[in-house]
Amino acid sequence: MSEGEYRSGPAYRGPSAVRLVWVYPDLLSTYGDRGNLLVLARRARLRGYPVEIAEVNSDQRVPVDGDIYLLGGGEDLPQILAARRLAAGGQRAGLAAAAARGAVVFAVCAGYQIVGAEFGGVEGEPVPGLGLIDIRSGRGDRRGVGEIVADTDPALGAGRLTGFENHQGVTRLGPGAKPLATVIAGVGNGDGTEGAYAGRVVGTYLHGPALVRNPGLADMLLGWVVGTMPPADPRQEDLVLKLRAERLAAQGAPA
Amino acid sequence: MSTSSPPSRRFGLPFRARLATTVGGAAGRASRLAGRGDGSVIGGVIGLRLKPDLLSLLARGRQVILVTGTNGKTTTTRLITAALGALGQQVASNAFGANMEAGLVAALAKAPDATLAVLEVDEKYMPAMLTATGARVVVLLNLSRDQMDRAAEIWMLARRWRAALAGAPGCRVIANADDPLVAWAAGQARQVTWVAAGQRWHDDSWCCPNCGSHLRRDGEDWYCGECPNRRPPVRWMLAGDEVIDPTGRSRPLDLALPGRANRSNAVVALAVAEVFGITASQAMGAVAQVRSVAGRYTQVERHGCALRLLLAKNPAGWLEALDILVPPPVPVLLAVNAQTPDGKDTSWLWDVDYRRLRGRPVFVAGERKLDLAVRLEADEVAFRMAGSVDEAIAMARSPSMEVIANYTAFQQIRAALGRVG
Repeated sequence: MSEGEYRSGPAYRGPSAVRLVWVYPDLLSTYGDRGNLLVLARRARLRGYPVEIAEVNSDQRVPVDGDIYLLGGGEDLPQILAARRLAAGGQRAGLAAAAARGAVVFAVCAGYQIVGAEFGGVEGEPVPGLGLIDIRSGRGDRRGVGEIVADTDPALGAGRLTGFENHQGVTRLGPGAKPLATVIAGVGNGDGTEGAYAGRVVGTYLHGPALVRNPGLADMLLGWVVGTMPPADPRQEDLVLKLRAERLAAQGAPA
Repeated sequence: MSTSSPPSRRFGLPFRARLATTVGGAAGRASRLAGRGDGSVIGGVIGLRLKPDLLSLLARGRQVILVTGTNGKTTTTRLITAALGALGQQVASNAFGANMEAGLVAALAKAPDATLAVLEVDEKYMPAMLTATGARVVVLLNLSRDQMDRAAEIWMLARRWRAALAGAPGCRVIANADDPLVAWAAGQARQVTWVAAGQRWHDDSWCCPNCGSHLRRDGEDWYCGECPNRRPPVRWMLAGDEVIDPTGRSRPLDLALPGRANRSNAVVALAVAEVFGITASQAMGAVAQVRSVAGRYTQVERHGCALRLLLAKNPAGWLEALDILVPPPVPVLLAVNAQTPDGKDTSWLWDVDYRRLRGRPVFVAGERKLDLAVRLEADEVAFRMAGSVDEAIAMARSPSMEVIANYTAFQQIRAALGRVG
C-alpha cells in the first residue's frame, strides 16, 4: 500500500507549509467536498502561508504528518468501507495517530459520523467508528434536507454558520464532546445542536463545501495550525461576505 | 410481442382510458394556448388522475424503448428516434424532456397509432416505468452525482436498476460498459448489448459497486482487484471520432451535434437501432443530421452576437460542456440558478474544475451568480458579473459568445431570447 504524497504549489517552502490531507475522496466525496480543501488552501495562501496538499485514496496509507485532515460525505456503503479501512491501521497509524498528536480533523456529514464512536449502517445497525470524538450517530426518522443556520459556540469565535444539510443521521454527544453550534434553522444533530468538537477534532452536518460560506470556521481551523493570522485583505473577502449575507438573508437571519 | 395494431389505438382502449386521453389532450391544448409550456405534462397529469393505469394501457401492443441515465437522455432519445426513422413508421416520443409518468402518458396519448415509442425516463422512475410499459429495450447511459437534495444517491439508484432489470427477462438492455455503476446495474439482465460509450467523469466510480474495493483502471479498461467484477466485452465502440460496429467496421461519426458526449449518445442510438434490424449505415444519415435538441446547442443571433446555448445540470454535464467550448478569446457566459428543478443546493459547483476558463473573458449570471463568483475566485478565474444575457453581450462586445447554463437558468435565457430552437 503506497502512502499519499503531498503536492505543493510554486511557493513550497518545506516544513513551514500548511499540510492539508483530503482523506479518501474516492469514497467520501459526494457533493462539492473538494470545496473545503480549496477554501483552506486559498485562505492560507492569501495570508502568505504555502500549502501542500495530499489527496489520499482508500487504497493508500493516510500520512500521519498532516496539519489538517478533511473527511467528506458519502453514501451508506462507502461510509462503512471508509470507516473499516481507516480503522485498519489501529490507533498508531494514519488518521488516529495524527489526531492523537494534535492534528486538526474537520469532518462533514458521513465523515462526521465516522470520527465518532459508532454510526448507523445500511439497515440502521450500529457500525463502529474511529472513536476520535465522543459522539454516537444513528438513523433518524426522516431526511433533513435544506439550508441550515447555526451559531457556533462563542468560545470558538467562529461566528454564525450557514450551509446546506442533506442527511438522515441523528447524533448524540457524550460528555467528552461539545456542540459546535446551536441550530437557528434546520436539523443538525437532531436535538437543537449542530456538529461537535473536542480538542482539534471538529464535525458538522453542514455538507459538502461547508467552509465556503463560513470563512470564520475556516480561519479557526487554520489558526489552530499557524497561530494568530493576519486578517484577510478585504478585497479578497468581498464576494464571500456578500454570498454569506445573501444566503443568511434568504433564511431570514442576519449575518 | 404482437406487431399487428388496430387502425387507431385509441379505439382499442377501455372507455375510461379513452376519456382520460381525450380530456388530457384537451387540457394539453388549453395549456399550450395559454402559453404555459409545451402542454405535454398537464394532459398526462389529468389523464392519470382519471385512470391511474393509463400508461400501461397506452403502452400495450407497442414496442417501447426507455432511455435513462444522468446525462444525455433527451439528446439520445432524439437520436434514437432519428435512427428508427429508417423503418418508415410513426414513433411516439417525449422529445421535450418531460420524463416522469405524466410526460410518458402524454407522449403516447398524442401518437395513438405509433407502434414504436422512444421515451426518456427519469433515473429514479425507471424501474416503475419499466414495469408499467413492459419495455422492449432499456438504455442505460451513465450515472453520476446530480441534484442530491431531491434525487436518490447513485449507488442506491444502481441497486434499484439492477433489481428491476434482473426481473425483466424479456427486455434488452443497451448499457454503457465504460461506466462501472451502469455496468453493475445491467449485470443481472438477461440480454445486454454492451457499448463502449466512454466515461469522461470518473469521480463517482472509483470504487467497485459490487464489493467496494478501489477499482483499477488501465486505459479504457477497468476491473476490480478483489472480486470478479470487470468491464464486460463490448459489441459497439466509440473510438475517438469513429464508431466501430459489431462487424469490426469503423466509420467516422460526423455529427451536427458537438462533442464527445454526443458521439457517445450516437453510438448508443446505433446499438438501439440494431435491435430493430437497422444497420449503422441505414441509421447514420438521420443521426448525423440532428442539430439542436429542445433548444440545446442552438445558435442564436442577438444584438450582433452569435450565441451558442449549452445546457449543463451537474458536474459531469459541466465537464462535457467545458470540453466543447470553442477556444479563447471567445467569451463565455455561465448562468446558475437553484430552483427546485435545478436542485436547491449549489454544492456541486465545487466538483467542477473551472481552471480551464482562465485567460478568456468570462461572465457570470443567474439567480445564484454569487455562488458561481466565489467558486471562480477560488479557481483564480477572472470574471465579470452580468444582470442578464443582454448585459453580458453589451459588456463582451464580441461577435460570438458561448453560454452554459443549468436547467431553469437555461429556460430563462431561452425565454429572454424568444424561446428559440
